[in-house]
Amino acid sequence: MCPNTIAVAMSGGVDSSTVAAMLRAEGHNVIGLTMQLWNQRRLAGHTGMPESVQGRCCSLDDVYDARRVAETIGIPYYVINHEDRFEQDVVRPFVQEYLSGRTPIPCSLCNNHLKFDQLLTVAQQVGADAVATGHYARVEFGEECGRWLLKRPADRSKDQTYFLFGLTQEQLSRTLFPLGGMTKPEVRELARKHGLALAEKRDSQEICFVPGGDYKNFLDAYLADQGESMPDTAGELVTTDGRVIGEHSGIHNFTVGQRKGLGVATGSPLYVLQINGEKRQVIVGEQERLYSRTLFARKINLISVDDLKHPMQVSVKIRHRHEAAAATIEKTSADEIVVTFDEPQRAITPGQAAVFYNEDIVVGGGWIS
Amino acid sequence: MRRVYLDNNATTPVRLEVLEAMRPYFGEHFGNASSIHHHGQETRAAVERARESVANLLGCRPAEVVFTSGGTEADNLAIFGLVQPGDHVVTSTIEHHAVLNSCKHLQEKGIEVTFVPVDGRCLVDPNDVRRALRPNTKLVTIMMANNETGVIQPVEKIGKICAEADVYFHTDAVQAASKVPIRVKDIGCDLLSISGHKIHAPQGVGALYVRKGTTLEPRFFGGSHERSRRAGTENVPGIVALGKAAEIAMRSFELAEDREMAALRDRLEIEILNQVESAGINGGGAPRVPNTSNIYFDYIEGEALVIALDLKGLAVSTGAACSSGAIEPSHVLTAMGLRPGQARASLRFSLGKQNTAEDVDFALELVPASVARLRELSPLYNRKEAISS
Repeated sequence: MCPNTIAVAMSGGVDSSTVAAMLRAEGHNVIGLTMQLWNQRRLAGHTGMPESVQGRCCSLDDVYDARRVAETIGIPYYVINHEDRFEQDVVRPFVQEYLSGRTPIPCSLCNNHLKFDQLLTVAQQVGADAVATGHYARVEFGEECGRWLLKRPADRSKDQTYFLFGLTQEQLSRTLFPLGGMTKPEVRELARKHGLALAEKRDSQEICFVPGGDYKNFLDAYLADQGESMPDTAGELVTTDGRVIGEHSGIHNFTVGQRKGLGVATGSPLYVLQINGEKRQVIVGEQERLYSRTLFARKINLISVDDLKHPMQVSVKIRHRHEAAAATIEKTSADEIVVTFDEPQRAITPGQAAVFYNEDIVVGGGWIS
Repeated sequence: MRRVYLDNNATTPVRLEVLEAMRPYFGEHFGNASSIHHHGQETRAAVERARESVANLLGCRPAEVVFTSGGTEADNLAIFGLVQPGDHVVTSTIEHHAVLNSCKHLQEKGIEVTFVPVDGRCLVDPNDVRRALRPNTKLVTIMMANNETGVIQPVEKIGKICAEADVYFHTDAVQAASKVPIRVKDIGCDLLSISGHKIHAPQGVGALYVRKGTTLEPRFFGGSHERSRRAGTENVPGIVALGKAAEIAMRSFELAEDREMAALRDRLEIEILNQVESAGINGGGAPRVPNTSNIYFDYIEGEALVIALDLKGLAVSTGAACSSGAIEPSHVLTAMGLRPGQARASLRFSLGKQNTAEDVDFALELVPASVARLRELSPLYNRKEAISS
């Protein structure tokens, strides 16, 4: 690559810090940017929330770490404020989704509607040609199809393509994922070689604005902070044949596939099969009934093809930790695709994403409805 | 790369003269000003000379000057030193956070605070202050000049109102000092804060004028330094520097340097407005300190403009940086009634005594071109262009 100006999205973690150091060492003009998305202290002290939040995304510690890295490798560094947009485009929808009985994935929402969009805009505004991030994924131009391709990374255990299915051709053309060919241990080794003090920093896994991954406490605290009360979403526990077998405390406490916490004792173990937001019903049944062969996905983004004219044989991931399963995808309308799996899949969950793969290549994806 | 610094309301470089004045007090003259021996006497004399210079700058008696660690401590000492449970406080919506957050903290402790608004020019109406007064009002604290717009508040009128009502009046003059003459008697204030690093002395020193006879409860307890108003061994080099900076500030008024600075600032403003459409001066209709210019550029993000300019060597600012360094929408511009988008599209240019005509030329080379570039990328601006053409 010839030297040009690249904006690196720096989170204060090992991955993005290493990206900045790598690109700098390759001779590029590197500008470090951190997106301030959420004020962790805002909900501190509300019931169930920790008084102080440490070492999490957008925390002062992370900004401090990113700033130190920028200083160590000698690049300009700026924090840009997107708190308002993040709340409006990610946190609010996250809360709404839960309250309507779905199980959202805010990271995809954030990547699709905020992070890349805003990063690329700011990068362009400050004169950078491209944006680089520490995601584990690969982007390359497919000469044959004439399209930018998103591909799975060398380190399959770190694959983040599931969260990136919403990237447009325009976005992919200006995005670099320099870690796509590396494994995590290699990245840590490189961080050490570049003298980055945070080479041993632990990985983050949970949703960045939900401390400890406890989304129920988060919902309570967020609504309290907004001066709103938790809407009453309590209702009935119903079997598949419509029989009411008990009461539940609120639909947002349940997710499809869940077994524990139903509060009813029956002969055979019961699982949440479906959540009916309108009727506030949680529909339960036996494990076998969790399996299904079809799903409908909406708000489709296609990457490796510009349209889906014929049914296509692919493998489909229905949550981050799901092993992609063979399926056929077929367009049903302008913005809906039906996915038919070869084998029934357990706990297809509305609110999650369905991402379609052709070997290593991301064909596209959509939101499970 | 050439770098030009036009962010002097954030901090100023230490003047060479000031540095020379303070230098001996790090080594040669190192004594504790409270010691009775020769070394102590030397530094005591230096501290008192500095006190006289600061008193001269403010038009008060030396005994009425209390040295602090900066403007924030001076504001805190004034507010928390006076206010007791059951009191009422009047302040404005455009204060610096040192005052604003102190008042919010008082509120959390159960003390009533009234925040008087400003008009679209960033001016407090003294009649609003009068109307806000209550029988239990103890303190009115309203800044002399605003840090973001440079707008000078009608402090003399407010001082008169406070005197008539027998209410203490504190003014944060951190952004006024050395830019406009300060006479505490004319203002009629009981307390007034200044900061060293805004007037070409180093960070870490400031002063509070406390009118003789004002009972202040100290915030720090320890030795009987500063007439028992501020315990802690004096920061002698800093205090000496503040004294020297005050002396230079007085001299600069005699040399009419404030008018030269205003001319430089006015040229910056006029030429930017000539070259850039859909732009204007925030607080332009009000009296302002001579060094500050707050300009809105519709259809752009001030944050992006600040970064783009910094990468080209020009340092200016927008809003106030929060603890992470991210920019928060300015509470001052919002209080003036600017829409959030317009507040975010505003930039502050603030000159210092070191700035030259060439520095302004440099800014004029960069700013209109950078604004034009950002507007090219702005969908909103392009839509507007399409409609008007």
